[in-house]
Amino acid sequence: MLLDVQNVTKTYPVADSTRPVLDGACLTLGAGETLALTGESGSGKSTLLHLVSALDGFDSGEILLDGMAMSPLSDVQKAALRRGPVALVFQQLNLIPSLTVLQNLAFHARLGGREDPRQIAGLVDRLGLAGLENRYPEQLSGGQQQRVAIGRAIALRPRLLLADEPTGNLDETTSDAVLDLMLDLVRGAGTALFLVTHSPRIAARMDRHLVLKNGRIT
Amino acid sequence: MQLATLVLGLALATGLWSAVQAINTQARENYAEAAERLGINRFATLSSPSGPIAVDTYVRIRRAGWQVSPVLEGRIGLAGRSFTLLGVDVLTYPMEIAPQADEADVSPADVLTAPGRLFAHPDTIRNTEQAALPVPLVTSDRVPRGIVMTDIGTAERLLDRPGQISRMLVLASQPRDLPPLSDIVPTLKLTAPRAGDDLSRLTDSFHLNLTAFGLLSFAVGLFIVHGTAGLAFEQRRGMVRTLRALGVPLGLVMRLLMVELGILALVAGGLGLVLGYVVAAALLPDVAATLRGLYGAPVSGSLRLQPEWFASGIGMSLAGALAAGTHALWQVRRLPILTAPGQHSSGLASETAFRRQAQAGVAMMLFGLSCPWLLGGLVSGFVLLAGLMLGAALMLPLALSRVLSLIENRAQGALAEWFWADLRSQLPGLSLALMALLLALATNIGVGTMVSSFRLTFGGWLDQRLASELYITARSNEEGRRIESWLSDGQADAVLPIRHAETWIVNQPARIYGIVDHATYRDNWPLIASLPSVWDRVADGTGILINEQLARRGDLWPGDSVTPAAGWTMTIAGVYSDYGNPDGQAIVSLPLLLSRFDGVPARQFGVRISPDRAPMLKDALLRNFDLPASAIANQAEIKDRSIAVFEKTFVVTGALNVLTLGVASFAILTSLLTLWTMRLPQLAPLWALGLTRRKLARLELLRSVVLAGVTGLLALPLGLALAWVLLAVINVESFGWRLPMHLFPLDWLRLWLLALCAGAIAAALPARRLNRMPPSALLKVFADER
Repeated sequence: MLLDVQNVTKTYPVADSTRPVLDGACLTLGAGETLALTGESGSGKSTLLHLVSALDGFDSGEILLDGMAMSPLSDVQKAALRRGPVALVFQQLNLIPSLTVLQNLAFHARLGGREDPRQIAGLVDRLGLAGLENRYPEQLSGGQQQRVAIGRAIALRPRLLLADEPTGNLDETTSDAVLDLMLDLVRGAGTALFLVTHSPRIAARMDRHLVLKNGRIT
Repeated sequence: MQLATLVLGLALATGLWSAVQAINTQARENYAEAAERLGINRFATLSSPSGPIAVDTYVRIRRAGWQVSPVLEGRIGLAGRSFTLLGVDVLTYPMEIAPQADEADVSPADVLTAPGRLFAHPDTIRNTEQAALPVPLVTSDRVPRGIVMTDIGTAERLLDRPGQISRMLVLASQPRDLPPLSDIVPTLKLTAPRAGDDLSRLTDSFHLNLTAFGLLSFAVGLFIVHGTAGLAFEQRRGMVRTLRALGVPLGLVMRLLMVELGILALVAGGLGLVLGYVVAAALLPDVAATLRGLYGAPVSGSLRLQPEWFASGIGMSLAGALAAGTHALWQVRRLPILTAPGQHSSGLASETAFRRQAQAGVAMMLFGLSCPWLLGGLVSGFVLLAGLMLGAALMLPLALSRVLSLIENRAQGALAEWFWADLRSQLPGLSLALMALLLALATNIGVGTMVSSFRLTFGGWLDQRLASELYITARSNEEGRRIESWLSDGQADAVLPIRHAETWIVNQPARIYGIVDHATYRDNWPLIASLPSVWDRVADGTGILINEQLARRGDLWPGDSVTPAAGWTMTIAGVYSDYGNPDGQAIVSLPLLLSRFDGVPARQFGVRISPDRAPMLKDALLRNFDLPASAIANQAEIKDRSIAVFEKTFVVTGALNVLTLGVASFAILTSLLTLWTMRLPQLAPLWALGLTRRKLARLELLRSVVLAGVTGLLALPLGLALAWVLLAVINVESFGWRLPMHLFPLDWLRLWLLALCAGAIAAALPARRLNRMPPSALLKVFADER
């Protein structure tokens, strides 16, 4: 099992008390598998994604990645995790404005010491970014930026790709095209995809579809 | 945070400006008070372009029926301090400006008969030991500060200038049908009231220097305000759009923003005035000492507040806030109601803006450089300085961008690539603070080079000028002759008389010395220009030496002719450097001086003797002639005293230097803090991509240090240019002397390290904040909940 989320709880402080967001959440994800998690706004979908990517800590339970428990990891080890087996695609994209398209695409892979120039060149073509390599993010359309963000994560060749509403800002046609590309890339690379979305239509295209409600996964 | 930054920046700017203004206003008030009390503003004066006026001339004018009052003026050392001594004829001196004792136990007879009385303001004689004075001293608050007044007979005795008159006051009330003064004394010059405020003119350059520093500090402070106001308005764009979308007119929004800025300016102005008062009160004693030491200007060391000072401070604060906020307000005015969501910039647009700024900077530099050629004078020197400084500041962002671009192109590795590219993209937000740092560093290098060059040159110059091992001042001419005779009888290697007379050269008061022909002068005297065989010309009475001040003011150089006294013309054989003396000075052979001037005192001389024998000779002199210890000074004592005066001169400059650097560091800190909210969304993705907070915090620290370091390197050529202008243009116009420029690489290194520290200190707080930021706070960037 690539990912095993075991009975995880997470609360946030609210004024003088705490608000539970995850209350014994459990899920598993196999290598190369695709999974969609849906739920209402504020149900804790993004929080679970952040816990899995080691961006935040949980109160109890455990998350195992390839059998390795995350809770004892130090800050440095968690950072190393995000430069290796785990990659993220954000809704806001968060491209680096001072780097060109090509530099953005290669950035994460180079940080993780996994740069492969031939793979990057292939990605440029597959993502339809040929001719735009030397442009800066501010010079791209929303769809083009989304493709760069996905390409940046794929270039790392992670075992697990986490995506938080990756097409949330795009229209339906562009959204479909980006999703097609993402599924194509992860399936080609044998990467598992854990995708958070509001859209049942997008969720239906994944291998499995789970719903988060009242802090639990059903 | 922005509010605090805005108020603090404006308060600092106003504070430093107000401090300088308080000092200037206080000094000018003292000059005006002195001029008023000395009657310069009320009475016409008669003076002689060729030197002191003889008593016979005074008698001739009185006999013709004119009501005039004689005045003898000179410098005198009392109890280890130097004062302007004003001897007046108490019987004819106008009552309204005559000194009167604060206590009634001094009779006119006490004043007129030996030993006489000295009158001084209580502030002037504070901490002065009565026992150390040759004449009893009484306090009078009618005497201007820094001046000691006495009867003219007592002054003649103390100054050793019997029968001499410096000028005459022409009293307001005169009998009718008098013959014109020009017929009675055609050689004397009549100066109308209010035209003789020489002190004010003499010290103008000093005050202009201070004002320039005040303006520089103000400008540096405004950089902070400009940056903060711009950011504050930038962040309120959304609110402005919402208000306008809800139907609030743009004009009303603009007016409200201006009122808000005005209120903040008033608050900051008030704080600035308090700060200004504290700084001025701290600096004024040193400024007063400098003005007294350099110009003999009567400035008290205490500060009195003037209403116009308050008005000027608040006015500058309001004007500064408006100037700094205009650009931001203009952007709000041009803001469309509907706009696309904000996008972080790659820096492409700013590169174009940098180029435009740099072009404006080049234009300013060219304008500044052309000014001295077109106009000349001190003001054009300052325009040149302003052009260079502001021009360079405007060119800085482009220069930094190019330097960083060069490094970026050579960077290896993803992190290095990002670091340098990110650094370049941060320039627009930090450029104002970096400009402030550039100005502060360049000023430090420039002023530091000037001061150190001065110190080095002055030290060497003192070694040349003070070649004699001992300097003796006898109590009378008779005693002087006895000592000289004793010394010449094998006690010393050589005795060099120091004899001088007061005169006027090129319409300026000047002192003319007579010297004997001796190797001490030939080997040591610091000549900066001379004719061949200069010392032979002086010795045979065909040549005269003049000091640099006189040479530059009168544009007189070797080979030119000069008139040291009426009907006496000499060829200038050489020009010598003479630092620290505002007046003209000349040197001729001693026999020539004695043949031209009567009653030249013979009380002072230098003694050449091997240094190891000097202490014994000093003891013998004190013992044999019962001299007071203060009558003999050795070379080292005089050097120390002279150097101490000059060190004090630069205390104020040094303090303003440090303050300006402090303000610039604060500018970087405030920029980093105010940019913080915009910076976090740029750093959080890096953290999400696998960089730890600690590493990011270190990189933030490094970013600030690198920018400060590169700015420090770019400040070096600007600082050296500034030093050259100060030494070759401003100093010559201000003081009349030009100094050679020395370079001090170790000082630059120290300042550069200081700049690195300033950058590190400024970034320490934001970096620490980032290092300790909980993940949940960073995650808000991605959750769009911020």
